[in-house]
Amino acid sequence: MNAIAEDITRMTGAMTADDLAPLRDFSGTVGDFTSPQARMVCRNVDVHYGDKHAIKNVSLDIGRNEVVAMIGPSGCGKSTFLRCLNRMNDTVPGCRVRGRITLDGQDIYDKQQDVVPLRAQVGMVFQKPNPFPKSIYENVAYGPRIHGLTNDKIELDALVETSLRKAGLWDEVKDRLQQPGTGLSGGQQQRLCIARTIAVSPEVILMDEPCSALDPIATARIEELIDELREQYSIAIVTHSMQQAARVSQRTAYFHLGDLVEVGETSQIFTNPSHKLTEDYITGRFG
Amino acid sequence: MNKPFTPSSASNTGLSSTGPGGDTGPDKSERAGRRATIDIVNASLGRRYRAERRFRFIGMSAVVIGLAFVAILFADIIGKGYSAFQQTYIRLTVDFAAEVIDPEGTRDRAVLSDANYLKLARDALAARFPEVTQRADKQALFGLLSPGAPQQLREMVMADPGIIGTTREVWVLADDDADMFMKGRSTPIDIQRGAGLASLIPVEGGADDQIQVLSTANDFSDIMSDLDDFRTEDRVDATSPGAQEELTPEMPSHLVAINGGLVKVQQATSAAVIGTLIKPLATATDAQPGQWATMRFGTPENDRRLKDPVVAWIYDLGEAGDIEKRFNSLFFTQGASREPELAGIAGALMGSFYTLVLTLLLSFPVGVGAALYLEEFAPRNWLTDLIEVNINNLAAVPSIIFGLLGLAVFINFFGIPRSTPLVGALVLTFMTLPTIIIASRSALQSVPPSIREAALGVGASPLQTQFHHVLPLAIPGMLTGAILGMARALGETAPLLMIGMVAFIVDTPTGFLSPSTVLPVQIYLWADSPEVGFVERTSAAILVLLAFLAVMNLAAVLLRRKFERRW
Amino acid sequence: MSSSVLLLALLALMAVAYYAGVKRAVSAAGGPAGIKHLHSLPGYYGFYAALWAGLPALLLLGLWASLQDNFVLSLVMAQMSPDLVSGLSDGQLSLLVSDIQNLARGNIVAGEVTPAIQAAAADYGRLQDLATLALWVLALASGLGGLTLAWLRIAPTLRARNRVEGVVRVILVVFSSIAILTTLGILLSVVFESLLFFQKVSVIEFFFGAEWSPQIALRKDQVGASGAFGAVPLFAGTLMVTLIAMLIAVPIGLMAAIYLSEYASSQVRSWAKPILEVLAGIPTVVYGFFAALTVAPLIRDLGEGLGLDVSSESALAAGLVMGIMIIPFVSSLSDDVINAVPQSMRDGSYALGATQSETMRRVIFPAALPGIVGGVLLAVSRAIGETMIVVMAAGMSANLTWNPLESVTTVTVQIVALLTGDQEFDSPKTLAAFALGLALFLVTLILNVIALHIVRKYREQYE
Repeated sequence: MNAIAEDITRMTGAMTADDLAPLRDFSGTVGDFTSPQARMVCRNVDVHYGDKHAIKNVSLDIGRNEVVAMIGPSGCGKSTFLRCLNRMNDTVPGCRVRGRITLDGQDIYDKQQDVVPLRAQVGMVFQKPNPFPKSIYENVAYGPRIHGLTNDKIELDALVETSLRKAGLWDEVKDRLQQPGTGLSGGQQQRLCIARTIAVSPEVILMDEPCSALDPIATARIEELIDELREQYSIAIVTHSMQQAARVSQRTAYFHLGDLVEVGETSQIFTNPSHKLTEDYITGRFG
Repeated sequence: MNKPFTPSSASNTGLSSTGPGGDTGPDKSERAGRRATIDIVNASLGRRYRAERRFRFIGMSAVVIGLAFVAILFADIIGKGYSAFQQTYIRLTVDFAAEVIDPEGTRDRAVLSDANYLKLARDALAARFPEVTQRADKQALFGLLSPGAPQQLREMVMADPGIIGTTREVWVLADDDADMFMKGRSTPIDIQRGAGLASLIPVEGGADDQIQVLSTANDFSDIMSDLDDFRTEDRVDATSPGAQEELTPEMPSHLVAINGGLVKVQQATSAAVIGTLIKPLATATDAQPGQWATMRFGTPENDRRLKDPVVAWIYDLGEAGDIEKRFNSLFFTQGASREPELAGIAGALMGSFYTLVLTLLLSFPVGVGAALYLEEFAPRNWLTDLIEVNINNLAAVPSIIFGLLGLAVFINFFGIPRSTPLVGALVLTFMTLPTIIIASRSALQSVPPSIREAALGVGASPLQTQFHHVLPLAIPGMLTGAILGMARALGETAPLLMIGMVAFIVDTPTGFLSPSTVLPVQIYLWADSPEVGFVERTSAAILVLLAFLAVMNLAAVLLRRKFERRW
Repeated sequence: MSSSVLLLALLALMAVAYYAGVKRAVSAAGGPAGIKHLHSLPGYYGFYAALWAGLPALLLLGLWASLQDNFVLSLVMAQMSPDLVSGLSDGQLSLLVSDIQNLARGNIVAGEVTPAIQAAAADYGRLQDLATLALWVLALASGLGGLTLAWLRIAPTLRARNRVEGVVRVILVVFSSIAILTTLGILLSVVFESLLFFQKVSVIEFFFGAEWSPQIALRKDQVGASGAFGAVPLFAGTLMVTLIAMLIAVPIGLMAAIYLSEYASSQVRSWAKPILEVLAGIPTVVYGFFAALTVAPLIRDLGEGLGLDVSSESALAAGLVMGIMIIPFVSSLSDDVINAVPQSMRDGSYALGATQSETMRRVIFPAALPGIVGGVLLAVSRAIGETMIVVMAAGMSANLTWNPLESVTTVTVQIVALLTGDQEFDSPKTLAAFALGLALFLVTLILNVIALHIVRKYREQYE
């Protein structure tokens, strides 16, 4: 199921008076949401789906060479927020985004900003592996081809190889590049999708619960990969698993019903949360 | 152009990523490479968005073309057919003379029925135009009357013999040629008011009805240009320009309407024309500018069934208000006929009605039963798989094949009489059955299993579960499918041609076993008829058919909306 | 008429049997108070009785009605003096039969009425009356017999519901097997007549002969009696019209589907789609009329304007209009197929910075291609089998040509031409129609099977 749709239905359908109760206590984000080496800067972001207020006044930075994890109960808007960062919400009818989101100082919701180069710079990996029904090679070559990044076949071959290597998939697939990408295992498919994203050499990679459809071994492999990728890219990852957030991220943001409740160093969030809601979530009172 | 991924930089990035514990920050060359990537993307944007717009434009054109086809189709058929809902009638003062109808005075119905009503109608028309004396002219004049006109008089007399011996004003049916002229389908007509002062001069040495019309303005240039066109097409000998020239029946006709009369132009110069009076003048005085007119009939007289003198009579009738178009009720009450003005769709409609009723009675129970069995009871084995594949294939078999089936099996083997609604309905039943089965199955599938479990849980038998609980919930969906299947059957033509429903049948069918035709076949037959009058009848019949289809489809949509349920 | 009266009588008998059955069950249980002692509800006993009374009689009626005429006729013909029947061709024989039938029914007779025919007609009438009487007696007897049997059997322990449900199940099975019977009927009828045809005309000539002129003599001694039955010009004509139709329908239908599903706003889609679908609901005879009276003259005039020689019944006109007819077919199938491609494919492509058209052309279209091919094959099968448009607009002359401006004829046109009008049934001319029908059926069947298989496999892939 589409993560966005899931968020929307959960937010609109499952909201009861009890759910709303903690919200009344909410009085702004706890912790420092800024980053010293900010690459993406979000300030006072609001998202509406029709009448639904999905993201409320969220401010958060994503810095260089860091992994920011976004956690929170289902329907808290973390996927929605993630999709604002490369304007994937543009394709959702009735979705309005307000506030300011910049990439390297440039407002990505500016009228002059085009989504095509934006998405070339801010790549995305989805919840369910979604390789195109093409060969492994063509999957990786797709981005460079549409953007015209290479001049000839040799360059393209080299780029495909580099990307697959970076995604740690090269050794597994180098002998069967022409076989369909859909024939790989789930974890391999997800790494193929990461390779596909890397091939366009983005600056930021967004990951929307990239391991939720994978088995533990494949998950561990991806988590390793994320850690390696951090050296070159800024990464924002939405996850359901607190353990995963703790393992891969440097900073963690906790979302609750559209609010960004608390941001901080991952170690601090998981050991010593400041906000009651965060603590309840981390200790497993709800989720 | 500065491309970022030269092999060296690519291998460079590859090394830096695979090298464990390398530099924490991206090295310089990679930074440069990334910048260049976005430059390349930005540089190619213009080209890519042009491609995007092109693609979008092609898609939009496809939609527009598709919609244009719909618009053209409907505009064409409505444009051709709307006039058939009106019919031209001529007012005659008919003398129901006793010596013609019933000379013996017996008032015997057989005598009344056999009387020569044609003579009555013709006498009345001849009396209306006393100036027509020549035999050939009279024949042309009588051509204005439909063969249905005497029939009309007969019906009047049979309904009320008391009118014998009296004189009545009767609106009788006009012939299809006159009807077509009245509807402007016989020839395009251009009328231009005279710009100059027109004077009338008798032609010296000419016949009595010849006359010359002179105009002070350049009113006859159209005629001259027609003559020029005709000459350049090498159809007459080239003569010196400006000379007086003869108009021929191969050319568009030109008439001058002046002082209540009509002059058919035979010779023309740019300032004067000489022609025959085909409708007498009221006065012979000069006509002021704007008080007279030239008329051009675009279709040459030779290509028209209605000749110019007859047109003059129609104008004469029109001026007196003796010819008019009225609502064409005959179209809805008459059966087939060789005469366009007498042809109606009543027979075909009844044939379609009988055929469809029987089709529904046969196909709906069978279709629902088959769907019920296949969906709810049938074990999954090769036989049910075969049936399944079969049904899907049958839905895509060309309809004409079902016609062959009907011919070989129903008519030749079982001896069911051909051309009857019964055999038509059997063929259409087999044709629509797959559609109904498929629709019924999807209606059954949409009933949630919980309903079945609930019914079975209280101890209902499987059949009781189906008939008491599942079917009532699925029936709206099944009906929707059935209506759509019937709509398809209503428009179906090809298989019915095979089983003899193309016969020319005048009588309205009275049952499932009387020879009949159906509406689409009637359309096919009329479309084949050479008379111009049938074009508008065909189009009108199509409009009626489309109206029925629209109603049926609308009913299906409404039914679906009303009973659409979300579980 | 008599059989429909009998039908009503039997239905009435069934109603009576129903009430009798209910009454009998209630009284057997010892009055209304004892209903709970019955195995089934009283109504089931009613249905039980009604089925016993009606079903055998109805089956008998159906069988009788379908066979009586042929049976009686063969009896009559067998009794006729051999010298009258022998030496007659099949056609003359069928003429004689219809004379006898018409005479017996008091209709107008075509041929000369000889005493022998008169006698045969009287014989025929007498036998028909006798057969009808026998049917009445047998049907009513079996109905009443069934009713009595049911009456005797009804007891509180009778498992009436199970019996009735068993019968209903059998009826349902029979209904579902009608689909197979239809296919079987089609196959048998076309194959049987085709075999007869191929006894008279060689298979090689039919499938490879380039000349088609099914002239048939009215009498044996007429010249040119045999005719030529080479169907290649028909196949070529069918192919050409189909090709033209596909050239129109596939690009327009596909692009319209893409535009409506990917680009158009929901308002535009909500009215443009139904309007396009209107094209699918218009009967083919209307398209035929449109093709013959509007498009063909238009193309001819246009061609004349360009100095081309265009036939008034050009393949182009028929193909064009057929293409228009098939547009919604292609577009709704493509629409289904395109929408079946998961949203995640689009998301994946957009997230890499692809534009909509790039996503469509490079990801969605290749992914949807098998489904689209299946849909196009179905459309081709439909175009090949389409009849009315070509009958009305494509003409009768069997030209073997590649020029779409010339008049061609198609398989379906010839089937209609060969079978409409009066002719004896087993002349090569009518049989040829069945051979064409066989070819048509097989080709469309193969196309349909392949297409449906592809489409099903495609759907399973994304489910």
